[in-house]
Amino acid sequence: MRYTQAKWERESDDLYEPLLSEKDGNAVEVESSLPDELTRDSLELPDLSEPELARHYTRLSQMNYGIDSGPYPLGSCTMKYNPKFTEDVAALPGASVHPDRSEGSVQGTLELMHGLQDYLARIGGMDAVSLQPPAGAAGEFTGILVAKAFHEANGEGDQRTEIIVPDSAHGTNPASAALGGYDVVELPSAGDGRVDLDALSAAVGDSTALFMLTNPNTLGLFERDIEEIADIVHDAGGLLYYDGANLNALLGRARPGDMGFDIMHYNVHKTFATPHGGGGPGAGPIGVDERLAEFLPAPRVRKVETRYERFDPARTIGKVHGFTGNWLVLVKTYAYIMRLGDEGLSDASEKAVLNANYLASQIEYDVPFDPFHHEFVASAGDQDAADVAKRMLDYGVHPPTTKWPEIVSEALMTEPTEIENRETLDELAQAFNAVAAEDDETLASAPETTTAKRIDQASAARNLRLSWQTLDE
Amino acid sequence: MTGGNASTGSPYAPHTVEETAAMLDAVGVENAEDLFDIPDSVRFDGEFGIEKHTEQASRRKLERTLGENRNLTEFLGRGQYSHYVPSLVDHIADRSEFLTSYTQYQPEVTQGFLQALFEYQSMLVELTGLEIANASMYDHATALAESALLASRVRRTSGTKVLVPEYLLPGRRSVLENYTEGPGLVVEAFATDDGNVDLDSLAESMDDDVVMVYAENPTTRGTIEENLATIGDLAHDHEALFCLGTDPVALALLQRPIDVGADVVVGDAATLGLPASYGMGLGLFATREEFVRQVPGRLVGVSEDEDDNRAFTLTLQTREQHIRRERATSNICTNQAWVALRTAIHIAYLGSSGLVELAERCVTLADDLAERLDDISGVQAPVHDRHHFREFVAHTDQPAPPIVSDLEERGFAVHEVGEHEVQVCVTDVNEHAVGEFVTLFQEVAR
Repeated sequence: MRYTQAKWERESDDLYEPLLSEKDGNAVEVESSLPDELTRDSLELPDLSEPELARHYTRLSQMNYGIDSGPYPLGSCTMKYNPKFTEDVAALPGASVHPDRSEGSVQGTLELMHGLQDYLARIGGMDAVSLQPPAGAAGEFTGILVAKAFHEANGEGDQRTEIIVPDSAHGTNPASAALGGYDVVELPSAGDGRVDLDALSAAVGDSTALFMLTNPNTLGLFERDIEEIADIVHDAGGLLYYDGANLNALLGRARPGDMGFDIMHYNVHKTFATPHGGGGPGAGPIGVDERLAEFLPAPRVRKVETRYERFDPARTIGKVHGFTGNWLVLVKTYAYIMRLGDEGLSDASEKAVLNANYLASQIEYDVPFDPFHHEFVASAGDQDAADVAKRMLDYGVHPPTTKWPEIVSEALMTEPTEIENRETLDELAQAFNAVAAEDDETLASAPETTTAKRIDQASAARNLRLSWQTLDE
Repeated sequence: MTGGNASTGSPYAPHTVEETAAMLDAVGVENAEDLFDIPDSVRFDGEFGIEKHTEQASRRKLERTLGENRNLTEFLGRGQYSHYVPSLVDHIADRSEFLTSYTQYQPEVTQGFLQALFEYQSMLVELTGLEIANASMYDHATALAESALLASRVRRTSGTKVLVPEYLLPGRRSVLENYTEGPGLVVEAFATDDGNVDLDSLAESMDDDVVMVYAENPTTRGTIEENLATIGDLAHDHEALFCLGTDPVALALLQRPIDVGADVVVGDAATLGLPASYGMGLGLFATREEFVRQVPGRLVGVSEDEDDNRAFTLTLQTREQHIRRERATSNICTNQAWVALRTAIHIAYLGSSGLVELAERCVTLADDLAERLDDISGVQAPVHDRHHFREFVAHTDQPAPPIVSDLEERGFAVHEVGEHEVQVCVTDVNEHAVGEFVTLFQEVAR
């Protein structure tokens, strides 16, 4: 499959679709009933008609690639089809009430929150859920605050100063741990790509607050020794944290709570197909074991007889979002889970795993670690994985995640998800295989069919131009 | 009923029975369960007990659930504001090339979103006067929290204190405390007077241990802060950063943050682009150029492609968590990019004059409504002898709680902010109901 992306440019020069400021800038003098000293003098923003704007943004959309444009097998990011009806549900007037409304006037919202808390608890095997964290990393940070509160309540707050993170973990894990004020202890992986139990035993101790783990891990491998891992961490007095990035691989087959995890976050924009929106909003609800429920962010929602009410957990950490998190994303999550039910969730996971295994069997790049679940990490071998990615764009597919995890050289971390049919997987494999056979020169000059040719990212960092105000300089 | 051929399982997995069988065969296993490398001892063999629904049934059920919310006309603000969102915003932002895309790690194929985010950053630069705006934080509270972390990193001398006004919303303060506790900062409040910063109290609280002073304009009580430059000077005298909380509508009218010495501007930019959304937001974050390498979150910059054409790309990613790990400037990864797109479209729709007009209406609507409430016997509005923006506090001789609940019974929502105080917010979305609101207020406040 070949692909040519839209590209809009002016005849007069080589600029792409002009910036709004290049179309029509208009400075106005600010006049107000307020005293002059309280107001600004002027404001200069573009001033265009609605039809002009409709075209501008439509053109920009045509210069952008989404999951509805084609395959998007970004490992660990779990890009899957976003059902359209969930957008309509989130746009219902009842979804968009003010957060300070009285309990009695928002029983529908509270019922939905309660229902989603319950759905997520069942899916994760957790005892209590908070919907508040506005993203996966925010969920991690919230989990860390909850763990800290737990240790402090046990009189071990000062002693437990370390969080252990595998070297293959997402960068958000160590960043969230550092934000929580913890020292990060990086745990090297064993030769089979999994947690090295000896290394873990050596790393845990009286100062361990938390061990953060993704399962299946970022190589797509299930941590088979998970019960032993849980024992090692718990025996040392630490807690076990589940990074929900790969939950799509386990739906209906294993639950973090059953594996011994004490805290987890759900990336609802991954597992439950709420749109990624070009980088967000997502949402990162967290689930915890019952011993930790009293520390969850406030408020949570409970049902008392026929009425839903907000309540503050007894020893709550307070808040991690000014109001209630990314509510509209949570509405979409609820709609998605309700649409699929047990049967659909379990099937999604089964087909995601089947697709990853099928695609891996069809590509010629080496896949050093197997068996795997919903994603696999191939090695580009002698080729530069970043170049491979750029060349794949010419074949009409978004490339895999590249150069990570570092445990595989020139990594191509691939996750087709359940939404692709066999024909598309075959096309994906053909793209991989065509690129594998190409020479370095072809790869280095790719892409050629996209809106922009290869972009000099280093120059963007050297010569910083971060607003249109800097372009005349 | 389901679309397509997937009559069982996930409606969004396209596999037919034959296709599944052929793929299993190609992989070399008998059935899909064989692919799950999960020890029996942790296998889940139960059920969630979540019933599957058709699309139509899911939608109907959720319509019914959300329909349980009472249909009230909201005169609510206090940190979450609604303005009319033009249809253009929904229709463009819902284009699936935008909505269903990921972070722009492959810039060649995501120029459209990158340009839109670059334009968003540029609009905030114009509105704040500061040189750098990032491509979004989660909301006002988390942006404020990140600004304190920025301050503690960039300040030349060490210090641990973050000063905030006592009017700061409890939710914002809690988020700020949660973010700053790990890095060892403490949050302290200074007094306010008649809704605004009490300069004497602030001056007394200042010492060399302060890393940041925060104030809002407009304030949580809807007043316009009159001494911003003095607050900035007090902060700078002690080498602390001055962080100002606001929003893009207010920025169109009120003093430019750069002109009052602001080092960081935070706030909720979703006042444009999103409806009330039960508190969902868009964290605005702008700062000075000198701090660019310490900025949290994503930045879109300009570069060139191989044909020397202008092109956009994420830049300075070495600050970010996926590269720098525990030494990153922030743990944020998924941000609010799509909301930023919506806000940018809304700002572009209004243009300079439209945005200034909208902001001026926030002043005059509040003035007019306060005057009409003040005419009611037993009501004094506004209680603060200040200029106001969108909202104000009114004193009621009768206790506030029954007034608020009586109003709610009659279809209107306002904040109760004291035993005899309510707070009322008016913008273009509820101005049509002002007449009825005043009549009812007169009835219930008697």
